[in-house]
Amino acid sequence: MLRLEARREPSRAMLLLTPVLAVALTVLFGGALFAALGKDPVAAMRVIFVDPLFDPYSRSELMVKGAPLALIAIGLSLGFRAGIWNIGAEGQFIMGAVAASAVALAFYDVQGLWLLPLMLVAGTAAGAGWAMIPAVLKTRFGANEILVSLMLVYVAEQFLIAMVSGPLRDPQGFNFPLSRSFHDSAVLPVLMEYTRVHVGVLVTLLVVIAAQVLMSRHIFGFRIRLSGEAPRAARFAGVDRAHVTWACMGLSGAAAGLAGMFEVAGPAQQLAPSLPVGYGFTAIIVAFLGRLSPPGIVLAAAIMALTYIGGETAQFALGIPAAANETFRGMLLFFLLGLDILVRYRLVPKRREART
Amino acid sequence: MKLASTVLAAAAALALGASGALAQAKDHVKVGFVYVGPVGDFGWSYQHDVGRKAVEAEFGDKVETTFVESVPEGPDAERVIQQMARSGTDLIFTTSFGYMDQTIKVAKMFPDVKFEHATGYKRADNVSTYSSRFYEGRHVIGLVAGKMTKTNTIGYIASFPIPEVVRGINAAYLAAKSVNPDVQFKIVWVSTWFDPAKEADAAKALIEQGADIIMQHTDSPAAMTIAQENGILAFGQASDMKQFGPDAQLTSIMDHWDPYYISRVQAVLDGTWEETDTWGGFDTGMVQLAEFSDKVPEDVKQMAMEARDAIAAGTLHPFTGPINKQDGSPWLAEGEVADDGTLLGMNFYVEGIEGDLPK
Repeated sequence: MLRLEARREPSRAMLLLTPVLAVALTVLFGGALFAALGKDPVAAMRVIFVDPLFDPYSRSELMVKGAPLALIAIGLSLGFRAGIWNIGAEGQFIMGAVAASAVALAFYDVQGLWLLPLMLVAGTAAGAGWAMIPAVLKTRFGANEILVSLMLVYVAEQFLIAMVSGPLRDPQGFNFPLSRSFHDSAVLPVLMEYTRVHVGVLVTLLVVIAAQVLMSRHIFGFRIRLSGEAPRAARFAGVDRAHVTWACMGLSGAAAGLAGMFEVAGPAQQLAPSLPVGYGFTAIIVAFLGRLSPPGIVLAAAIMALTYIGGETAQFALGIPAAANETFRGMLLFFLLGLDILVRYRLVPKRREART
Repeated sequence: MKLASTVLAAAAALALGASGALAQAKDHVKVGFVYVGPVGDFGWSYQHDVGRKAVEAEFGDKVETTFVESVPEGPDAERVIQQMARSGTDLIFTTSFGYMDQTIKVAKMFPDVKFEHATGYKRADNVSTYSSRFYEGRHVIGLVAGKMTKTNTIGYIASFPIPEVVRGINAAYLAAKSVNPDVQFKIVWVSTWFDPAKEADAAKALIEQGADIIMQHTDSPAAMTIAQENGILAFGQASDMKQFGPDAQLTSIMDHWDPYYISRVQAVLDGTWEETDTWGGFDTGMVQLAEFSDKVPEDVKQMAMEARDAIAAGTLHPFTGPINKQDGSPWLAEGEVADDGTLLGMNFYVEGIEGDLPK
């Protein structure tokens, strides 16, 4: 039998090899799953993993779907590195979307280039503000930020429903819980014609680059890493834990709120109770999948988006049920995260105890 | 050569389309369906999928049907609808209210594809709308509930305070009240169409408040299961939910989309498809009742059947005056019948219902 033995140093080879191994295992087991359902496994893999990359429309949708995941995950990764666990990005995303929509609707039909920046500020501030609640409760009263931030997601969901059923509801909408469709000045410009790739995708890329610089070159990035990896050393070095908490929670909330603003002013162009589809939660997986590094997160977001879009096509092109696609995505995550253990541990044959 | 002829054909099609005279018969159609829940919800989406299968059974080789299930009512829906239109689908049914703006948007980009949106109110040259008069069924189950409740308390699980749902509550309440003046409705809003856990919690809360019969305007059979466990009664929604509450289900309001779907596919095959708005009830067979349980006394069953037949024949309208609004202001005078416009925009409770409509 085999057993796990800790490595002295994380293996660099494994760091690169495990994702490849994970994809190979997913293809193997996923193929078996599809074959068991009576579908052609090769065609399924092609539709899910390959076709979306070669079809221009699907490629543009990969960016639309992947950008919010990457943006939120980048924000979360700062805190995760410092050992600060913001689980409520979904709520901060919602608050950002609601605040941006409120601004858009308050100036309904008013034209002007200033409107989008104002919505951006409102969305970012609302997301950051929502995240500061658990941050302050933690530093002031020692409340667990995991629980508080998670619970605030449900508060945000109810707030969204209250807003679209009340003050932000379309007055001509027959009481349906939907806002008006935003007017042109409140809609993000599209980068490529006939697609939904909006300016937010570009901003997300800039944020990724900024995060990379911050973490590797700036003293603040060093403090974050230090307080996560060696909290005692960080204290001796004069890093104020409360300040790091505030900064990490605030920044991750701001990123989630910004993503909410992009989503509502980009593809949605209207506030609806169905706007949040779990980006805030999926982004937690994306952050870890990307090993908390900005380039990794971009790649992870792209892979997640690919399985969503490929999964939809697999449904109507091959008749593969949604549940099977989710199982397939689950396998991929399971193998990717599970095999991570090989980076820090190695498999060695179990030695037989010598009998006396 | 091939490219040139394709371009020519496309140009010709465009010219014809622009003049509005494109009425070609087809010998094969590809039909797509977009569902909000899983086809295994045993409610709303399940019933639409029954309609899809009926289309396949009816037309055999002449049709190819596809579907995407569990599509969120937001930006994701637009992509799914567009991907379907791009893959050569001729007729697309988008089966939830929340796909309205997305359907209209995609329809603009694909003028040659026909779209059918369920329960919405926005139409275009290539977008029809269709829905059923579920409130007719609500009237009948309201009568049964009013007769059969012992605690005089009916629990109602509602999704969103939109006209369709408010109309159902009002229709059921008025009918129940007409046979039982002491009847009370307890309403729980769950803000979702399909969330078995929330629906089950709502059912439990209603039972705690004394409800002995549960009605629902959500898609899963979760509430039926809870009713069965607690030994109380319930009405199914969208499909026959008897298997989830063999002792609990009295009857069920069933959506029956088969005839509508078949006629629309036929129209595309014939080249006679036109933009329409369909709102069918008992008369068209789009609303049906599941078999009554043995627990319904014979006289109650008799009354229910008579009401159903009268509605189908057009001699009875569930909203016939005198009816006041909740605040006491008059809505319909003696003998006056509600017009469809008011029903489609209904945003008020009728007199006697307690609680505020969520705003």
